[in-house]
Amino acid sequence: MPWKSISPIEIYKLLPRTNCQKCGEENCMAFAAKLVNMETKLDKCTPLLEEPKYKANYEKIWSIIKPAVKEVIIKRGDISLKIGGEYVMYRHDLTYINPPPIALDVDDEMSENEIINRVKFTENFSYTYTGINLKLDMIAIRSVSEDPKKFIKTVKIVMENTKLPIMLCSLKPEIIEAGLSLLKNDRPLIYAATKSNWNEMAKLSKEYKCPLAVFSPGDMDGLLTITKNLIDSGVGDLVLDPGTFVGNGLSTTINSLVAIRWKACEEENPLYGFPTMGVPMTAWFLMDGDKLKKATWEAIAAASLIVNHVSLLVMHSIEGWVLLPITLLRRNIYTDPRKPVSVKPELKVIGNPNEWSPVFVTSNFVLTYYLVSGDIENSKIDSYLLIVDTEGYAVDVATAANKFIPDKFKEVIDESGLEKKVKHRILVIPRKAAKISGDVEDAIKWRVIVGPSDSSEIPAFVKNEWPKILEEWKSENK
Amino acid sequence: MEKSDKNPYRKIAESFIKAFEDSDEIELDSIEIAIDKLELLLSSITRQIITPTIMPPQIVKPIEVPKVKFEKPKMVWPGKIIEVEIGATRSMGGTRDKTYIIGGEKAPSFYFFEKPEIVMPHKPIFALDIFDMKISLPKAVRMFYGEDVLNDPAEWARIAIEKFNADMITLHLVSTDPNVKNTSPSEAAKIVENVLQAVKVPICVGGSGNPEKDVEVFSKISEIAEGERILINSLNLDMDLKKVLEPIKKYGHVVIDFSPMDLDKARQLNRKVYDYLPKNMIVIDMNCAGIGYGLEYGYTATQRARLAALRGDEELQHPLVAGVSNAWAAREAWLKMDPLWGPKEIRGPIWELLTGLCMLLAGADYFMTVCPTTPSTLKEFVEYIYGEKVFSKEELYNWVSTKIG
Ligand code: SF4
Repeated sequence: MPWKSISPIEIYKLLPRTNCQKCGEENCMAFAAKLVNMETKLDKCTPLLEEPKYKANYEKIWSIIKPAVKEVIIKRGDISLKIGGEYVMYRHDLTYINPPPIALDVDDEMSENEIINRVKFTENFSYTYTGINLKLDMIAIRSVSEDPKKFIKTVKIVMENTKLPIMLCSLKPEIIEAGLSLLKNDRPLIYAATKSNWNEMAKLSKEYKCPLAVFSPGDMDGLLTITKNLIDSGVGDLVLDPGTFVGNGLSTTINSLVAIRWKACEEENPLYGFPTMGVPMTAWFLMDGDKLKKATWEAIAAASLIVNHVSLLVMHSIEGWVLLPITLLRRNIYTDPRKPVSVKPELKVIGNPNEWSPVFVTSNFVLTYYLVSGDIENSKIDSYLLIVDTEGYAVDVATAANKFIPDKFKEVIDESGLEKKVKHRILVIPRKAAKISGDVEDAIKWRVIVGPSDSSEIPAFVKNEWPKILEEWKSENK
Repeated sequence: MEKSDKNPYRKIAESFIKAFEDSDEIELDSIEIAIDKLELLLSSITRQIITPTIMPPQIVKPIEVPKVKFEKPKMVWPGKIIEVEIGATRSMGGTRDKTYIIGGEKAPSFYFFEKPEIVMPHKPIFALDIFDMKISLPKAVRMFYGEDVLNDPAEWARIAIEKFNADMITLHLVSTDPNVKNTSPSEAAKIVENVLQAVKVPICVGGSGNPEKDVEVFSKISEIAEGERILINSLNLDMDLKKVLEPIKKYGHVVIDFSPMDLDKARQLNRKVYDYLPKNMIVIDMNCAGIGYGLEYGYTATQRARLAALRGDEELQHPLVAGVSNAWAAREAWLKMDPLWGPKEIRGPIWELLTGLCMLLAGADYFMTVCPTTPSTLKEFVEYIYGEKVFSKEELYNWVSTKIG
């Protein structure tokens, strides 16, 4: 059965019902309601978790609300990465939960400098988007030399230079063990158990209490057989890698990921209920051509997997033009679709505007709003931002679809009392909405100035053009 | 696994392992029984050579290993997407050299648990945008065309098809907007005629988005392009549908119904259009936005429409359009940024490419793109997806230990 909503009453009955508020909610009913909406976690009800008399109820609730895909934790120091933990096949069925971490690789034949560069690049990668900091998450250390000593040396260099969680990559158990010996108190991901080594890898996974990836390229029978055996031998935190074939075979990869998730979410088959992983960096040795082409195909593979349920990615490019769209795409796909598309139409005050400060206009599409208000705030321009109701469409779409209409300007101007706040009657609209300027001017009797097409150009506009515009208006309206 | 180049006997060993894998008795070669069987079959000399390669370092206790068989997901998709033909050859009453059929899917995009040609009988169509007047285009797009070309829609169309390998062009008659140049419907129709002469593939023609003017423009170009079965971009609920659909029907064109992000409106609009056109002359557009600038909305609306259709919603069983050029609305596509993020001449095209790719995976059939590199790369992707699966599974083990660069 696919995911279906659970009644909060059903959960409420199993809670302690003391309304102790330890979970941060008003009462048990409120907690139950949030829990079925995935807005809080079961562990937050500490009495249920800790008091022995509630043990049975805890387990009952867990069996009702547990995700179709097991949540597996990779950890180093204070940083925990959760992968999997998903409930649904399609994001619109509910929401996706854990954005797939991205690991960049280093190998044990790279120079110390190169390793440090790549590690620092990964750790320092940062891009602010709608108030969220987009980051890279992990280092995948590959044993190319297949020499345990070299591997240890590399793991040490990585550990000294970053706090990020680690994935140890070798198909030789003795090499993995060498790496694990340095990471005893952490939970690195072991990569990987194959049909040849699964038994020894299982031992390491148990001994060091680390999650284990299962790698069976292009062979789903093999993947399941190894998985089954690992479960039977007591290894529970698995990550499934059906192999990432960039170019020929990419459809096999995509279809394997789709099948695994479908079996878990729609058919509730626990054998498939594990996070998956993909390795877009295989583009670097599967594709012919120059670096530009290989990096492009790495990006293509990464994007294809992100929209097709992958729970963890290993990449090689340190090109911003590869990683920026990929991290943004990941954010987009893992945004909760239940969140509204639009913000409230209103007048936003930025800094300390006075009666001659500019009034900028934008749409009430949430992303437009974030960008424009962020840009104006960051450039510290005292001004007003008039958010006009465009039914949540971006400026260009709203303009094309006739959703940027004078009546809506009027509504928000009246409601906000803008006419009392500024002495001028000038609105600065985005260039992408230029064609509505005449209509708006006629309807609301404000002067409508076509401003920059992107809000990043607002500072230059305010410096170079606004004083002139204001003077002109003042001289005409003495 | 050993690296393939390390041991010349690996191939022999592999062929034996393969033989065992095909039998049902053993699956996992670190298990002792595998070695026993192997020993029976190999001559003592070969055994000497091979055993070290595949023998595990320590003897592992034999375990009964039940082989688990992968079963295809039990998916049932009762619906099927309607096939829509765009363009008309001479024998059909037009002047095109060829036509395209889009739609016909029986499963979500690229769910190839069956043969590709069964679940996705037609490959998606990739078109390049051209405009009837010079508009501000990002440098990463302009640099592929000469400045003169961008003033000449017919030449622009020819280059898009011949040089950049687009299947079709989407002509946007933006100058017809009363607030832009207010180009008259008959002048606009001339541009359409010129473009129809310049290329022999089917074309798509769009208006300015002004609902009143688009009705006039579409009526006129329908007449002038009689029988060509052009794809009209687009109809929406704000239009006088009766007025625009009568000429479209009379002169035999195909339409895009545009209902951004709203499945209910899409059904509502389609129902109105059904009064005039048969279902196989309608394509739908749920809107598309760029990565970082609302991709999730267009992606999800498109995917939802497709899944609803395949689950049996007859009012949504139409091929889907993706306006991928909207990718450029994301500032990361065109802004000069810190060098860390790469030159915008690379970043921009990648932005459009990946936006298109996501829409392809969401289920879109007809793609409007503006960057000349997008159609060919997306086609390459589609070729790989449909192509024969010749790839080495064993080789992939090597990603772990291969030196890159
Ligand atoms: S912590 Fe548990 S018992 Fe206390 S109010 Fe919350 S749900 Fe109820």
